[in-house]
Amino acid sequence: MATTKELARIANKLRIDLVKMIGAAGSGHPGGSLSAIDIITTLFFHEMNHRPKEPKWPERDRFVLSKGHACPALYAALAHAGYFDKSILKTLRKLESPLQGHPDPGKLPYLEAATGSLGQGLSVAQGIALAAKVDKKSWRCFCIIGDGETQEGQIWEAAMSAPKFKLDNLIVFTDYNHGQIDGSPEDVMPIEPIADKWRAFNWHVQSIDGHSFESIMEAINNTKRVKDKPHMIIANTEKGHGVSFMKGVNWHGKAPNKEQTEKAIKELEEMGRNLDG
Amino acid sequence: MGKATRVAFGEALARIGEKNKNIVVFDADLSVSTMSKYFAEKFPERFFEMGIAEANMIGTGAGIALQGKTAFICSFGTFLTGRFDQIKVSLNYGRANVKIVGTHSGIAIGDDGYSQMGLEDLALMRVLPKMTVLQPADAIETECIVDFLANKHEGPAYLRLTRQNTEDLFNASYHYNFGKGVILREGKDVAVFASGGVVANALHAAEALIKDGISATVVNIHTIKPIDVEIITRLSKETQKIVTVEDHQIVGGLGSAVAETLSDNAPAKLLRIGIRDQYGESGTPDELYEKHGLSTPGIARQIREFVSH
Repeated sequence: MATTKELARIANKLRIDLVKMIGAAGSGHPGGSLSAIDIITTLFFHEMNHRPKEPKWPERDRFVLSKGHACPALYAALAHAGYFDKSILKTLRKLESPLQGHPDPGKLPYLEAATGSLGQGLSVAQGIALAAKVDKKSWRCFCIIGDGETQEGQIWEAAMSAPKFKLDNLIVFTDYNHGQIDGSPEDVMPIEPIADKWRAFNWHVQSIDGHSFESIMEAINNTKRVKDKPHMIIANTEKGHGVSFMKGVNWHGKAPNKEQTEKAIKELEEMGRNLDG
Repeated sequence: MGKATRVAFGEALARIGEKNKNIVVFDADLSVSTMSKYFAEKFPERFFEMGIAEANMIGTGAGIALQGKTAFICSFGTFLTGRFDQIKVSLNYGRANVKIVGTHSGIAIGDDGYSQMGLEDLALMRVLPKMTVLQPADAIETECIVDFLANKHEGPAYLRLTRQNTEDLFNASYHYNFGKGVILREGKDVAVFASGGVVANALHAAEALIKDGISATVVNIHTIKPIDVEIITRLSKETQKIVTVEDHQIVGGLGSAVAETLSDNAPAKLLRIGIRDQYGESGTPDELYEKHGLSTPGIARQIREFVSH
């Protein structure tokens, strides 16, 4: 459990880390990592039951990053939570690193699923949630999908099946950051009306500000009162949130150079000092 | 004629499911064809009907398996392996303990035509790192393999099964040995490696060749991956003439696995009998086997020509 202020401080540190990581790697996806980090922070440092020192604790809540390209955000969160040493973060995307360009649970066993080919992680998350139902366990599975990712047909196969199995222990966020490689979803392939689509598939749907810790916490709390339905939280976010010049689709899959990395870290550190003040 | 290997699979899974409570089974609206229905009828709480959505079934099976279950996901082989990327990433890269059960393999499904036939499935599964690929020749061997997959094997596997009935080659005393070819008869002129529903045809072809003065070894290859390097190398050195027989494209399946093994270890002349860069088509199974050289006389004719050159 954490206060929103504490979460803001942690998210700020994670932002600094993931920008450093991507900068050092020379490639990666800062925009979608920065848009998802506040949700990931709330999950790992407030909501989820998990034990970093006992990573395979059977009663833990699970997390699947279906939009696998945002894994720098997840790696930073796992390191801060104590799953592995923070010094490993700088090996992102390097030869022999457990921090692959997209998540590989074979190399980093704290990951629940291999993702990176979009559209697939939600089905895996559903299978994980189903395991809890079969064994009559109370743990939950959280999942984050991208807005562009919802263009994948498999998302809608899972959208159809999760309500059939009454997976109220499956809590999914759409990181609605309005950016994908070729532009905005509005131009590339419109997904609207997205909330209505999930409602039509019989999900419990909420739309929130994905950078408000209070809203994220409240939305997750609301899921506890709705039984027999999977939960979709449409989190309205901003690509590159937290770094003034990393907004928009240009920063989907581009690493900052040395100068830009330093500039971004300076901004974020300034923001961190304001949080502390 | 004995049972189809899909029937032997369905019966075995329902029987094994009594003791092994860890098994969960998924199907994509074909449980009456893949015979996962036997399990579904007995253990409805461990059977999940996923509808006509194979990609989602593959991911869901991977997810539940990653929590410690042994998942069997069932459909026609071509529909499952056609969702290659889901198998590649969610299932295989995820190191999920999922057994992919693809039925209706080969042109032997007959009338339904090419889109329903698994003719490239072995090629697709064999190329994936660490993937186990199995294809039993009859009902008894199928039972053994299902038991092996359910109780002993860990990790991703593809099991390729027939729609059509298969001749019984083995009896209850058969001892299944993962990764090891099974010598069905021994000869000195040529070694024939066969897999799946056509093993019986290959065996009968070898028997028919005796009157032509050709003595053939016939080996049943139930494990396509990892392939039995030892037996292929040894028989290549002994006979210098190797034949493969499979109801699959001659590219990518058993023929390729044997060709690669020969090239690496003991080059020999090789004849690959199977589908020769063709689409499948409608017809009766017998007509199709006649046309594509997989009938007993067809196999015998091709081996005769191969050996005499």
